[in-house]
Amino acid sequence: MGNSSSMLTQYDIEEVQNHCHKLFSQQEIVSLYQRFFQLDRNAKGFISADELLSVPEFAMNPLSQRLLKMVDRLNFKDFVAFLSAFSAKASVQQKIKLIFKVYDSDGNGKVSFHDILEVFCDLSGSFISDNQREQVLTQLLKEAGYSKDSYLTLDDFIKVLGSSGLKMEVEVPVD
Amino acid sequence: MSGSQEKLKPSSSELDLDRPNIEDYLPSGASIQEPHGKLRLSDVLDISPILTEAAGAIVDDSFTRCFKSNPPEPWNWNVYLFPLWCFGVVFRYLILFPARAIVLTIGWIIFLSCFIPVHFLLEGNDALRKKLERVLVELICSFFVASWTGVVKYHGPRPSMRPKQVFVANHTSMIDFIILEQMTAFAVIMQKHPGWVGLLQSTILESVGCIWFNRSEAKDREIVAKKLRDHSQGADNNPLLIFPEGTCVNNQYSVMFKKGAFELGCTVCPIAIKYNKIFVDAFWNSRKQSFTIHLLQLMTSWAVVCDVWYLEPQNLRPGETPIEFAERVRDIISVRAGLKKVPWDGYLKYSLPSPKHRERKQQSFAESVLRRLEEK
Repeated sequence: MGNSSSMLTQYDIEEVQNHCHKLFSQQEIVSLYQRFFQLDRNAKGFISADELLSVPEFAMNPLSQRLLKMVDRLNFKDFVAFLSAFSAKASVQQKIKLIFKVYDSDGNGKVSFHDILEVFCDLSGSFISDNQREQVLTQLLKEAGYSKDSYLTLDDFIKVLGSSGLKMEVEVPVD
Repeated sequence: MSGSQEKLKPSSSELDLDRPNIEDYLPSGASIQEPHGKLRLSDVLDISPILTEAAGAIVDDSFTRCFKSNPPEPWNWNVYLFPLWCFGVVFRYLILFPARAIVLTIGWIIFLSCFIPVHFLLEGNDALRKKLERVLVELICSFFVASWTGVVKYHGPRPSMRPKQVFVANHTSMIDFIILEQMTAFAVIMQKHPGWVGLLQSTILESVGCIWFNRSEAKDREIVAKKLRDHSQGADNNPLLIFPEGTCVNNQYSVMFKKGAFELGCTVCPIAIKYNKIFVDAFWNSRKQSFTIHLLQLMTSWAVVCDVWYLEPQNLRPGETPIEFAERVRDIISVRAGLKKVPWDGYLKYSLPSPKHRERKQQSFAESVLRRLEEK
């Protein structure tokens, strides 16, 4: 498994780079490739849920199950594309798009009250009662000009989150 | 050994008791700046800190780094070096390896022809039998070390046989045990293995007083703790050797020490082991290779070079908990062997982290939301 960077040609790197809209440098892509094969223990070409959960820092994260559904079975190109939202070069809009995708679990472009409630539940666990969660959410939606029956689109998310100085960056270690 | 394809199960609560607060060590992105002010919709929708933590873990994490094999740098990369390297390969596989295999076979023949008679004929005479078996075990370990051309430099005073003392060492491979055993016949506590290793464990290693445990059984811990306590109190028993990390780590990092060895009411004598990676990477990556393959790999390398330091014995200080004691000793060993410390429990290799870590994050998020709800 060790020197798998030798299996990645310049052509491959450029293809992956284009796929992620050049948000990662070529060195970062090589590092991600090594990491991908470190996690993909039997070189299947994708990382399975078990392998991701073997990273304790990831398994401890409240949103790990949601993220698992998004990352599970991705090939390397899509893996890099997924992570590209975390690049320092990514725009705020691209980051909000990823957040939207996390909420929109059925991928229909609309986030319902129920979707938001589910994520809120993942984040707060058993420390807020279901009733209180619904109450808080209804109130916050009302204050922002939406109702319990509204469906939020990506544009709505951009409107709500765009001005809050969103910071969502991960540094890819480069040897 | 442990099937690498096993599904990870959440650890039973008994395994949690000896873990200090991981949250104290981990940078927690969500709580760096405590948000305040009236709660708005954006505060609930903005999951970016949690996503950042998750992505950070996907991209790199200190736990996986502990178990990464680091083979020696390839040096055969040009026209002159490559033929030299080929010659080296031929020499290692066709000359060194057979020679070593012969040495090892001779060693086993000598060992078995002495051990079997001693074991059965001296059944009544325990003291003498124990003494002879000790010497023989040290002998076969020396043969093993010779079969990898082991160059081991021991520093510090040799372990003495005294009651109420245990030895602890960092763990890189099962050969750690063999390297230490050739100098002093320790009684070690080990995971029971299947196959030929298990056979050796139940026959020969029993004679030096080794203790077995089963990682997957939580109840096992209490039984083992009792055995440890009993063994360490006895004056005639061989000195007890414990690897508190509980699993093999790649000799560049050290994972958290389990407190079991540190609450026996004994003096703890730390031993630090550092392998020289130029010759071979001695880390036994049990996920990637069986012990047999690992041994064969060692036997076809040039040499296994390592340093062993017997460090100053430590006692529990007044007011110190066993966990603090364990961390203090881990610090001593890590500094001596040049290992970076990580705040992870080695058993996370085999099971998922306990839900309480996630719950802690959820609790802090929930409290922040509820608090800000009150603010105007």
